[in-house]
Amino acid sequence: MDAPELVEALVAGNRRALARSITHVEADSAIGREVLRQVYPRTGRAQTVGITGSAGSGKSTLVGALAREQRKRGRTVGIVAVDPSSPFSHGAILGDRIRMQDLTGDPGVFLRSMASRGNLGGLSETATGAIDLMDAAGFDVVLVETVGAGQDEVEVATAAQTTVLVANPGGGDEIQSMKAGLMEVAQIMVVNKADLAGADTAVAQLRALLAIADLQSWIPPILKAVARANEGIEEIVDAIDLHQAHVRSPEHAEAERHQHVRGQIIDLARAALHREALEAAERSGSLQALVDAVAARERDPRSAALELLDGLRRSWASSNDFNS
Amino acid sequence: MTQASAETATTDANERPIRVLIAKPGLDGHDRGAKVVARALRDSGMEVVYTGIRQTPQMIAEAALQEDVQVIGLSILSGAHLGLFPRVIKELKSRGVDDVLLFAGGIIPDDDIAEVQKIGFKGVFGPGTDTHDIINFVREHAPRRS
Repeated sequence: MDAPELVEALVAGNRRALARSITHVEADSAIGREVLRQVYPRTGRAQTVGITGSAGSGKSTLVGALAREQRKRGRTVGIVAVDPSSPFSHGAILGDRIRMQDLTGDPGVFLRSMASRGNLGGLSETATGAIDLMDAAGFDVVLVETVGAGQDEVEVATAAQTTVLVANPGGGDEIQSMKAGLMEVAQIMVVNKADLAGADTAVAQLRALLAIADLQSWIPPILKAVARANEGIEEIVDAIDLHQAHVRSPEHAEAERHQHVRGQIIDLARAALHREALEAAERSGSLQALVDAVAARERDPRSAALELLDGLRRSWASSNDFNS
Repeated sequence: MTQASAETATTDANERPIRVLIAKPGLDGHDRGAKVVARALRDSGMEVVYTGIRQTPQMIAEAALQEDVQVIGLSILSGAHLGLFPRVIKELKSRGVDDVLLFAGGIIPDDDIAEVQKIGFKGVFGPGTDTHDIINFVREHAPRRS
């Protein structure tokens, strides 16, 4: 199927067209780009929710529980579940379906697993593309799950309108470290596995961190949950609904939307630039020469980076000449 | 114009890692073999969707559709392969998933291998198979996505 056919089928609710479109977006193919361009005007209807937290914090289980609760409320759910690629083989085991087996037979649910593909993979581009495709395909809610480690993963979670941060009892040091990055981006905090000792301490730590955060118009609620036992899930969905109402309210919608889209454009441009710069550097062989020189302490890494950029600018300039 | 400029700047859909679904249909609960294969494929650079045990034919077909995998590997130890495998194929067909490579592993008696291959499982790998043979088989036969 070509791009217009894919778009037509996808918008009509054809699941195979949606699946194949995501494949094209993951491959960054010409068809994938065209499909994204054509469906974008049809996006914006779905609640998009990012769920992030460290490995083992219970994200997959929580996503499954949230999806079930959304289904109970009569909403259809698209899920993008990101697992890390091996930095050595670039392969990946994508195991999120294990915790959502019961959802596989539900026609109101569509789950796509995705490998993070490391630095060159363009995770933000592919995952946000998949979110847009699910939105355009008519899913009421799109949940995207990523490990909250590494800039790409965090960007994906924050590309959603509502970002949920998952923490655990006993993760004191981990919560301390969140000060640096994740605190600012989360609109809802969940202490999962709250049946374990230390849940109240974790809540108190998060509250203390929030007290020193630079909050705008929304105060992030801190909720306790036991996703495995389906406890506290309704409250999380209620909080998501509240935040969605907040970002879509007349007094905030315009500013939120502009801020959100601005961040998205910059993230996507940064990711594309990063990829292009690395590819160009690898292609020209200039990177290796610079690495050798800096490793031998014949020059410093900062001037080497600037020289790499200069080379990139020159190659862009010459390719523009070629085009015109 | 956008179409043309996009085309020059991109690769096609074939250059992505091979996506494989590994699933265990039926009721037996031992997935050591399936996990060994999943891991070997992962270590050879493939992206392996692992669904876990006790999958119905509908669940396997639906997962294959949503994940748009090129390859499906089924592991079965219970002896129900001749009952379950044709149903998996039927569920795939009913969803229009007709461009995937199928292979099977686990305990499949020699007498049944021809039948399993006839219904569409191009490869059948029993106990003691070198995982490199499976990797090479998948690399050689995985359909390209275009």
